[in-house]
Amino acid sequence: MIPLLRRWLAFAAVSLLPFGAPIAHAQLSIEIVGGAGTTIPIAIVPFDAEATYPLGITGIVGADLARSGLFRLVDTNGVVPRPARAQDVQFPVWRARNADAVVVGSMLPLPDGRVDVRFALVDVVKQVSLVSMAYTVTPQQFRVTAHKIADVIYERLTGDRGVFSTRIAYVTKQGPRFQLLVADADGFGPQSIVSSNEPLLSPRWSPDGSRLAYVSFENRKPVVYVQSLDTGARRAVANFRGSNSSPAWSPDGRKLAVTLTKDGGSQVYLMNPDGSDVTRVLTSQAIDTEAMFTPDGQSLVFTSDRGGTPQIYRASLLGGQVERLTFDGSYNVSPKPTPDGKGLVFVRRDGGRFEIAALDYATRQVQVLTQGPNDESPSVAPNGKMVIYASEGGGRGILAAISIDGRVKQRLVAPATEVREPAWGPFPRS
Amino acid sequence: MRNFLFVAIIATALAGCSTTPTTEAPVEDHGAAGVTAPGAETGGAQGGSVNGSTTGGALGNELRNPNSILSKRSIYFDFDSFVVKDEFRPLVEAHARYLQQNRNARMTIQGNTDERGSREYNIALGQKRADAVKRMMVLLGAGDTQIETTSFGEERPKNPGHDESAWAENRRDDIVYAGE
Repeated sequence: MIPLLRRWLAFAAVSLLPFGAPIAHAQLSIEIVGGAGTTIPIAIVPFDAEATYPLGITGIVGADLARSGLFRLVDTNGVVPRPARAQDVQFPVWRARNADAVVVGSMLPLPDGRVDVRFALVDVVKQVSLVSMAYTVTPQQFRVTAHKIADVIYERLTGDRGVFSTRIAYVTKQGPRFQLLVADADGFGPQSIVSSNEPLLSPRWSPDGSRLAYVSFENRKPVVYVQSLDTGARRAVANFRGSNSSPAWSPDGRKLAVTLTKDGGSQVYLMNPDGSDVTRVLTSQAIDTEAMFTPDGQSLVFTSDRGGTPQIYRASLLGGQVERLTFDGSYNVSPKPTPDGKGLVFVRRDGGRFEIAALDYATRQVQVLTQGPNDESPSVAPNGKMVIYASEGGGRGILAAISIDGRVKQRLVAPATEVREPAWGPFPRS
Repeated sequence: MRNFLFVAIIATALAGCSTTPTTEAPVEDHGAAGVTAPGAETGGAQGGSVNGSTTGGALGNELRNPNSILSKRSIYFDFDSFVVKDEFRPLVEAHARYLQQNRNARMTIQGNTDERGSREYNIALGQKRADAVKRMMVLLGAGDTQIETTSFGEERPKNPGHDESAWAENRRDDIVYAGE
């Protein structure tokens, strides 16, 4: 009876929720702690007829751009008449307000209940319209549309692709309860993916954003799961004798790297995402773990103590040598390659402080991005411009983000909840 | 600044899952896990159903006798160390002897670390501590297949504090017998 009861409790201890389950959660709020040296002054004029909808669009666009730390919102109050098209923009009005760019637009209701949303981005300095676009959407799609518009503006004015339409995964701990959640990159709309009374760790997005790999201790040991975000269905893909941890997807989504101890010691293996075809790719007498694929899919970077202290190494999957990448200090771990393939972000210990740092392969230069004291689990945005990581604030775990140049800082805080293990999702499909 | 959403129905919803064994996803999932995990070797050690009888007899009670050294289940480690200290030798020897004399008994040694540093790397560190004690027990006569070593990394602190005395309690191996 007792084993039966235990087994049943093991069922009960974990709740799986299909993505979109209608449960609300303490939401992350994002504060900008520090901004870039120079910001682009931009005026975002409320769209024509926007006030007829409870949830508008320009408020979300402005919040996205301001949160990036690269833009400064210019006051649009008192401009009469309010421009709604590029040709309505009167340049002297906006030069007087020191705006470099103006966003105007309109929201026209259609007979079928959908809305025709149009916007234009106007360069006030060069006095040209830079881009204009139209979307036919339902009011439920306003938020998604706003993020798309923000992405267009961000890319046109900075030259880099925006990440306002991406999502983040993270783990919360509230009392004894752990939850793995997925939310929009601005913290909106958190959805529970799985919850458990045992720890959840290491969420990793499949490259197409449709699945999460993660580690759950629900069976009183670390086991790697892969779960569909569309259906909530999941399977234990690495549940070998010993510990199973640290999953990472190959860039084509066809392989997972995992750390297993089934053959003695923590070693790195590759497997298919359904758990089949397990092959050992690294062999050492030391700890090898935290493997991540480089963006070209041809190498792994990983943490190993083969040299006496934990350091970061790179191994080609095509065979051949293992190269040590970090040399400064006695603790360099958690490598996360940047999407441009030119370097990686990692955690270093400096004295007793754990800090996020960036390594450039070509110059071998290390730039320390944060001051700790307990910063860990970095995850790089798909445009390579921001790094989200686990930090501490107010005596509990919070998330924070910093730009890859160390200038823009954000804190992501949820009330009365420990937040940890962030993972920035890929660019959305299509 | 965004408004926070506090929603009391979270607890209600979760309780609903816990008390409804017919909830689809978990049942389906666990069935699938057993079938699809190709290398699953958890067997009786984790399931607890096969070896339940071996710990039910007189010898099993010995494990729970507070006067027996077998009731002591934690082995503590120094910072950044995997060396089993002399003071824990009698404990390790007693459990090794128990395994030698009870070939059906199965144990899991769970390695743990303090909270500092990478969570994933700490799983590997905890594993190394568990492996160190297993190696010693096997040398003392325990069977290799009787012992599974796993790691909780920094995830299961005995002391939730953030100072050296707390960390010292958290750098440890815990011994758990199958069926417990």
